[in-house]
Amino acid sequence: MAMTEQEILEGLGEIVDEVAGVPADQVSPEKTFVDDLDIDSLSMVEIAVAAQDKFGVEIPDDQLKDLKTVQDVIDYVRRAEVTA
Amino acid sequence: MRLTEGHTGARVLAFGGYQPARVVTNDELSQSVDTNDEWIRSRVGIASRRIAGPDESVADMSVQAGGKALAGSGLSPDDIDLVIVATCTPEVQIPNTAATVAKRLGITAPGAYDLNAACAGFCYALANASDAVRAGTARNVLVIGAEKLSQWVDWTDRATCIIFADGAGAAVVGPVAEETEAPGIGPVFWGSDGGLADKIYIKDRNSYIFQEGQAVFRWATTALAPIAKQACELAGVDPTELAAFVPHQANLRIVEAIARKLGAPQAIVADDIVNAGNTSSASIPLALSRMIERGDVQSGQHALLVGFGAGMCYAAQVITVP
Repeated sequence: MAMTEQEILEGLGEIVDEVAGVPADQVSPEKTFVDDLDIDSLSMVEIAVAAQDKFGVEIPDDQLKDLKTVQDVIDYVRRAEVTA
Repeated sequence: MRLTEGHTGARVLAFGGYQPARVVTNDELSQSVDTNDEWIRSRVGIASRRIAGPDESVADMSVQAGGKALAGSGLSPDDIDLVIVATCTPEVQIPNTAATVAKRLGITAPGAYDLNAACAGFCYALANASDAVRAGTARNVLVIGAEKLSQWVDWTDRATCIIFADGAGAAVVGPVAEETEAPGIGPVFWGSDGGLADKIYIKDRNSYIFQEGQAVFRWATTALAPIAKQACELAGVDPTELAAFVPHQANLRIVEAIARKLGAPQAIVADDIVNAGNTSSASIPLALSRMIERGDVQSGQHALLVGFGAGMCYAAQVITVP
């Protein structure tokens, strides 16, 4: 059963809060991780690892660098779910 | 065939640490490579590191740390019959470091070998020492982790020169009092993943250390928490009972990420990397000896050690603080 965008967004908010201490309510689709949420590349790796646990979707390092916004991650997870 | 009489358990009698005198700050590094104090602190958590003098060898540092551990143990050199030096940066391949270190410490004719499991080396050596005591093939063992990584670092490579440093740490391992005393070194949970051997390496004797930082970070923050929990499980010590968590001081961000997943709310988390840098196999005994000196941990409490590094080799065990 694929997750809705809203479910992924909420899950991502929890992850970002836990990994980087950014409150979940600040994690909205249009935000960029680096500039808006002040998240660096190492935290992005941690987010990818946590996303794998939570959503069952692997985000390799070479894909990770292209995921600039929260929406990018949501789209990536949804696409991966469809092809899985 | 006859076999040796063993012991029911082994324990650490004392730790000792040694750092070279020269302090290298982030500001000093930023004068020669394109980096800065804020970036280094936020990415790896290091404020300063120690670098050995040009003539100061891995053996010299081993003698310093080993001598302190020996003095702290109350044993005499004659009581030691096995010396293990965990190192991946010896100046020479032949002879090994352990035999010359033993000689300089006045330890007569011990079994002596060097062990290379990179940054996991100390935990591997501690497991070997514990097993030797339990099997009765050694009465007491001097275990040393010592590295001079500065001689394998390209000081123009800002990805590595900000991280690696020099130092040594040591432990004396002996038997517990028969029957009456609980074991002080728990079962080791160890392993490796040679499929990731290309993530940290030194290509040949004329090359410098290379590390694919992001890949190592991902592996460490994924694989190590379950490994740490396995070591607790094997020892029958719940993470909530740990007084200290002392992982290899690779990167403060890795240390904190594993600590978050471990679920050990009472444990003081070692952060020795801040002023020691990444000293590979030396980092765990160096951190622990300082935590004991400062009174962060008390004798009889449980500490979880987790070594990990190139290979990717890893080893974890619960010990009782001496």
